Amino acid sequence: MAENSLAPLAGAIPPAKRQRPRFSWLTDRWIAVSFLTPTLLLMLFITVFPLVWSLYLSFTEWSVTRDATTAPEWIGTENYVELLGDSRDGERTWERFVITGQFVVPAVTIELVLGFGVAMLLNRRFAGRGVLMTMLLIPMMLSPVIVALFWKFMMEGSGVLNYFIADILGLSPVGWRTDRDTVIWSLILVDVWMWTPFMMLISLAGLSAVPKYLYEAAAVDRAGAWFRFRHITLPMVMPLLLIAIIFRTMDAYKLFDQAFVLLGQQGGPGRAGQTAALWVYEVAFSEFDTGLGSALGYIMLLVIVALANIFIRTLNNLKAEQF
Amino acid sequence: MVASNTGSSSIGQRLLFWMALGIVFIFFMFPLYWILISSIKTRAEVTDRVPSFFPFIDFQPTLTNYQELITGETVESASGVQASGSRAEFRDRLINSVITAGISTVLAVGLGTLAAYAFSRFRIPASNDLQFFILSTRMLPPIVVLIPIYIFFTDLKLQDSFAGLIILYTSINLPFVVWMMKGFFDEIPVEYEEAAMVDGYSRLEAIWKIVIPEAIPAMLATAVFSAITAWNEFVFANLLNRNYASTVPPYLNSIVGVGAIEWGRVAAGSVLFVIPIVIFTYLVRNHLLRGVTFGAVRR
Repeated sequence: MAENSLAPLAGAIPPAKRQRPRFSWLTDRWIAVSFLTPTLLLMLFITVFPLVWSLYLSFTEWSVTRDATTAPEWIGTENYVELLGDSRDGERTWERFVITGQFVVPAVTIELVLGFGVAMLLNRRFAGRGVLMTMLLIPMMLSPVIVALFWKFMMEGSGVLNYFIADILGLSPVGWRTDRDTVIWSLILVDVWMWTPFMMLISLAGLSAVPKYLYEAAAVDRAGAWFRFRHITLPMVMPLLLIAIIFRTMDAYKLFDQAFVLLGQQGGPGRAGQTAALWVYEVAFSEFDTGLGSALGYIMLLVIVALANIFIRTLNNLKAEQF
Repeated sequence: MVASNTGSSSIGQRLLFWMALGIVFIFFMFPLYWILISSIKTRAEVTDRVPSFFPFIDFQPTLTNYQELITGETVESASGVQASGSRAEFRDRLINSVITAGISTVLAVGLGTLAAYAFSRFRIPASNDLQFFILSTRMLPPIVVLIPIYIFFTDLKLQDSFAGLIILYTSINLPFVVWMMKGFFDEIPVEYEEAAMVDGYSRLEAIWKIVIPEAIPAMLATAVFSAITAWNEFVFANLLNRNYASTVPPYLNSIVGVGAIEWGRVAAGSVLFVIPIVIFTYLVRNHLLRGVTFGAVRR
């Protein structure tokens, strides 16, 4: 071993005299086992076990409140047939997933474009840059519930947003939480406010990692701004952006807190903003149809597993290209 | 048109740059500003038809909302409006939040660091599968496990208890801690411990005296992120708690739910709740990137 790699440990060289170091009877194998067991047990207890139970419940007709004393009644795949079939419930499932998509796609797209744009702005030296960056990052660290409460307050019928729109701009006030066609956009607005900083942060990391000499080389070749963006910036930042998109898409798909606080469990007027997660909640904890709710949860789960698979493949391909 | 740094750009470009920055700043900061000034308005001023924007100029700031929240007493009783909850409910909730977030963070970082070390240094059978399993629990929509957890928390009498919430938050944060810390451990050269072990340390001693001190900053940053996650959690806290162990997020949402909404108090509560997050965010600003991407992005 090279002497210099030990430099940071200069003060920590152990006493060479001692014959048997303490705990030497603990083999690596035992250490590994004892280090891993608590974590794995807890994960088993809090995720695997509930998931298995939930799977079982999804094949039963049972309500945790009404049938508390009786065992769940096995009804096979009836819940799934009801939720995915041609019935009214089948339609509702489809509608909720469409609503979720109508939220996820615009929200993540706007966050990406806006976040990248802000990152381009911030990717230069100017006075107060550090402070500004830290301030801009605050929204994504806040509790979704608190964020939703802020916005609910501002989106009141006679709230401050409508004051700007109606009294200052002279437009007709917006029914942020009461107009069927608007509620999804209200959700998107809140999400964009909260999560654009995330995209910005990751974009900025990508941008600042682009080696300066590439730009210098491009400058020598008299390459235009668009060329530099298209052939240097974008390819260098792309892998990071993909990771950001994956994270955001998965999280946006699960959207619950903000929608719950902003619109209530039914997702506003005519359930126009009832995302998939909100619907699961309503079925399971308002109608207390535990079996059906579990089945619905599983459908959500299958969709996200499919999404995750696609994403992981994309990432692996990307890695394969890089190395 | 070669360089693009501010030094050589024209006045027009600079003006455009600062204008864009200004718009961004206002969009992201206005809600925070609005909640802050709403918290120092009187009950009447908060819902004024024409809102006032500047304290001392538009309106006289008051700390009544904070006072009411903390003491639980209604200061403006003249208006005839009864404050919901005569006790100092908010203060109790805040203490509960501190307890649950604090203990669960210590547990998660403790356990998760050990597991991360094992994943980083030892040959574990099916290591990749186990790691993926741990990561995948983070992708799980909480709503899916909410039903069974609700049922067995009821059965085990863990509802509305600190133990229940702490177990839950510990396991919510564990995947995050494992992945973050594994990333950090991977960056600490194995040679450090190997050298120490050659020199007569046992593995456990090497971990304790060489690796952990190296990992302390990483552990602290990870702890801050875990604490924020637990602090902010709503779904489980809202469904599983009634009164005793309830935390701030469900409380603030619940006082909006009933009767005439006292936005001033909600705003004051939000400000008090958010201050620690802002401080923590500032403390971990250099690790944010890593933290919010689960250690996937390291630069």
